[in-house]
Amino acid sequence: MATSARTEVPGGKPQFPPFNKETFASQLVWFAIAFVALYLIISKLAIPRIGGIMAARSGQIEGDLAEANRLKAQSDAAIAAYEKALADARGRAQTLAAETRERLNAEAEVRRKKLEAELAEKLLAAEKTIAATKLAAMSNVRTIAAETTAAIVERLIGSTPAPAVVDAAVADVLKR
Amino acid sequence: MADPIHQFEINKIATLGHIGGHEIAFTNSALFMAITVVGIWALLVGGSSRRALVPGRMQSIAELSYEFVANTIQSTAGKEGMKFFPFVFTLFMFILMANMIGIVPYTFTVTSHIIITAMLAIMVFLTVIVYGFYRNGLKFFRLFVPSGIPIYILPLIVFIEVLSFLSRPISHSVRLFANMLAGHITLKVLAGFITMMIGSLGIVGWLGAVLPLGMVVAITALEVLVAFLQAYVFAILTCIYLNDAIHPGH
Repeated sequence: MATSARTEVPGGKPQFPPFNKETFASQLVWFAIAFVALYLIISKLAIPRIGGIMAARSGQIEGDLAEANRLKAQSDAAIAAYEKALADARGRAQTLAAETRERLNAEAEVRRKKLEAELAEKLLAAEKTIAATKLAAMSNVRTIAAETTAAIVERLIGSTPAPAVVDAAVADVLKR
Repeated sequence: MADPIHQFEINKIATLGHIGGHEIAFTNSALFMAITVVGIWALLVGGSSRRALVPGRMQSIAELSYEFVANTIQSTAGKEGMKFFPFVFTLFMFILMANMIGIVPYTFTVTSHIIITAMLAIMVFLTVIVYGFYRNGLKFFRLFVPSGIPIYILPLIVFIEVLSFLSRPISHSVRLFANMLAGHITLKVLAGFITMMIGSLGIVGWLGAVLPLGMVVAITALEVLVAFLQAYVFAILTCIYLNDAIHPGH
């Protein structure tokens, strides 16, 4: 600032600028203007805006956290519901399997009993047939024995014995 | 050698008129006050104009200063002190910006004039007195009567308390003024050594000038710290004084 002239007091001696009273009035006026303007800028513009930004930010963070918590609770609930459904399904499947098993078992039992009864019946019939056959065979044996005896006796003695005697003899032998 | 006082001179840019025989002029001081105000406006209002959720550089500075001053008030004067937040924020930003601008070469340091720092301190002083009586009535006088003091030394204590209260604006203003003045004079004197050595000693001077140059760099860094620190000290003392107005009685 080459153009500046050192403020001179009437005595002509240079004065220390901060203590030069001649400049006080100007400084005070401009300081008052500047400070009031700055106060208005800060209190009316800067503080509401910066405070608003920071409040909006903390609000946003809180909101996001709440949203995250809500979503987490939602997914937890979904997991619980899924697990419950899985357990239910498993239980139902087990019931179904047990029921089916019982039903099939019962059916099989019925069939088995029926089959057994049939078999028993057949067995009985067969036994009867065997008995009948045996009886018939036995009677045939008697007849054959009597005829054979008669024939043997005829060869031996040359005369046919009386059938009654043969029968009695065969019966006597068979009884032993 | 350059005159270290020259930088504090107030130069008329335009004379505007007279009030009660005092000349009112637009001066370099007024110009730098306006630059200070515009700078703060650009920083705080312009910097936050995007209202970004994730702040950029300027918005971060604006938010940091806001939070810094808000925390300072709340820690020293409590929740109730927040009603003075605009006032303290204005004081802090004005002093900080004026100090910082003053470090730039060829600028004028508004806060290196006692009349400005005195006005700042008197504003705080009057605010404390007016609000203290408005809020507490005559109980505000309890500020000067610490409890638990034996009655026979109480007059002495009250006298000291009143004296210290009345001397607050002086220490409050002179601290800032003297720090700014001394720092700038130191810088100017050291810078003057450089030109003096180079001008008078030739090649030896060029080598010898390295030392004062290094000191100028170091002290400039120190002055940046002092510029911030003095603004902070002014603000925190304001908070402590306002706390006296809100809660008188020790």
